[in-house]
Amino acid sequence: MPASSGAIAYSERMKRVMDAVQLRQPDRVPVAFFSMFWLARYGGISYREAMYDYARLSEIARRALLELQPDMYALPHLLTAVGPAMETLGYKQLEWPGHGTAQDVSYQYVDREYMKAEEFDEYLLDPTGFYLHTYLPRIGAAFEGMEKLPMFPGLYYLRLVIASRQFAFPEVQRALDHLRQAGDEAMRLVEHADRFADEMAELGFPLTNGATAPAPFDFFADYFRGSKGIMLDMYRRKDKLLAAIERAAIFITRQAIKTCKASSSKIVFIPLHWAFDGFMSLAQFKQFFWPSLRKLIFDLIDAGLVPMPLWEGDCTSRLETIADIPSGKAIYWIERTDLIRAKEVLGNVVCLRGNVPASMLTTGTPDEVDAFCRRLIETVGKGGGLILDCGIGIPDESKPANVRAMFESARKYTP
Amino acid sequence: MIENEKELIEAIAEMREEEAFALAKGMLDRGEDPVRVLELCREAMDIVGKRFEKQEYFLPELVLAGEMLENIGAIAKPLIQEKSGGASNKLGRVLIGTVHGDLHDIGKNIVTFMLDINGFEVKDIGIDVPVAKFVEEIQDFKPAVVGLSGFLTLAFDSMKETVQAIEAAGLRDQMKIMIGGGQVDEAVRTYTGADAYGINAVAAVTLCREWIAA
Repeated sequence: MPASSGAIAYSERMKRVMDAVQLRQPDRVPVAFFSMFWLARYGGISYREAMYDYARLSEIARRALLELQPDMYALPHLLTAVGPAMETLGYKQLEWPGHGTAQDVSYQYVDREYMKAEEFDEYLLDPTGFYLHTYLPRIGAAFEGMEKLPMFPGLYYLRLVIASRQFAFPEVQRALDHLRQAGDEAMRLVEHADRFADEMAELGFPLTNGATAPAPFDFFADYFRGSKGIMLDMYRRKDKLLAAIERAAIFITRQAIKTCKASSSKIVFIPLHWAFDGFMSLAQFKQFFWPSLRKLIFDLIDAGLVPMPLWEGDCTSRLETIADIPSGKAIYWIERTDLIRAKEVLGNVVCLRGNVPASMLTTGTPDEVDAFCRRLIETVGKGGGLILDCGIGIPDESKPANVRAMFESARKYTP
Repeated sequence: MIENEKELIEAIAEMREEEAFALAKGMLDRGEDPVRVLELCREAMDIVGKRFEKQEYFLPELVLAGEMLENIGAIAKPLIQEKSGGASNKLGRVLIGTVHGDLHDIGKNIVTFMLDINGFEVKDIGIDVPVAKFVEEIQDFKPAVVGLSGFLTLAFDSMKETVQAIEAAGLRDQMKIMIGGGQVDEAVRTYTGADAYGINAVAAVTLCREWIAA
């Protein structure tokens, strides 16, 4: 029986992407789709609706993918439709439409100290205990009450049997109740997302990534210490910070491998927030940022996966350092670093993804986008190793005509 | 300059936080003039600022230096006797804020800090600032330069609206407008109608120096 047209398209696209990853010349330069709230504009719904209405988002995303025909796409549900799950969890690390921002303003991270400086020792001693008793109740209202749970590592034999009474504490029961509801909502979201992914796979569209992982430094900077806290930690408690990063990296790696192995995509997306030139010196980058990220990249490659860090900002000074990975095994998504310069340094090492500027997609014209993409395809695309995309996916405010121009350029021009 | 004065400047400039605080405290405990101690801090900050401009120092050093200044200030300032007047010898006024819809403040804070240590009188009006508030604050503060900050791409439109509102209020020719943050570039500058964009805090200082000295 002949394979369906969707199955053929799917394997053609996968081959195109993997050729680019393995630094072989594909039949043409693949082009990727990644949207946060642009789909809301495209579909004429509010950002709030995009965050809350799973079915509507699916319908709009389906329309966009069928029109733009990307070679890979990021599952929009898990990036956008997180409103109900966050609400049920009482999640505190974001402000979103109806919860701190207006109906048509994207969600934004609340940069705070979620772990105090003096809590590093607690984290290092027992990360899970720290999560249960301290961190989770701080970042999600549904977790409040978990701090009444026993300290599990000290329990044994009949003490363990007796300590189970703590599950009957009203605070704990309330937390368990809230968490079951939050779990149900998150499950609904993921089921929608999975159904959408299956349906799109049948139509021939592979995912950009099967898991997302943070750089271990960013993990502490963003979600624990906050931007000010982490900068002071680099001076005030360097050794503890490095030890905590090393500890967290073990869990980050295990979690990413487990999630990605269960997905149809073997790519692990690693958005990088604090790697850029202007934040820390190259010497600090080599000490604080790169070693744990490099190890994550190597571990993922060893597990048969394809790491895809997104180098946000301008990372020109880092290029020589980050060239130190196995050749043809990863994707570096590049935001502001000049891609032609990046190709010179990294061309024999890693596939580059990017990088039409956000300003061009939002304020430019289709002709400008076309000319820019053509130049990328004809220079950076030479010999393989390019996936065309914007700097950080499609900016929310992009003009649809500009987005179309980018996707069409990949089919129009050859390296 | 006496030996421990040099030591204090060096300790701050070299990011030796505990030593810097101990030296400052020692000087104050011995009855030295708290105004002098703060002057030394400012001299040290000049060195830090210059190293930042030369890309020897980066954001962690600016933040730590700011902390040192704050902690030493906290023990020195209560010792300063009330002085009448205190004429300002600031270079010029800069009003800065993150445009509406955008809640990011790190970049704006760093620019504020750098302008401040470089002698400008900076008024920071916070994040997610409505267009009308910018206009009101400008009428009130009368800055020579207005800085519009924004990290998200939505800020492009907010910046444009803010510039237009400043124009509509008849205030545009009294000031220069600079934008910065996130993915701002020349295309965004044209789009918003600002006078210039800066890629970092040093660029912001350079722009203000050019405009205000001119």
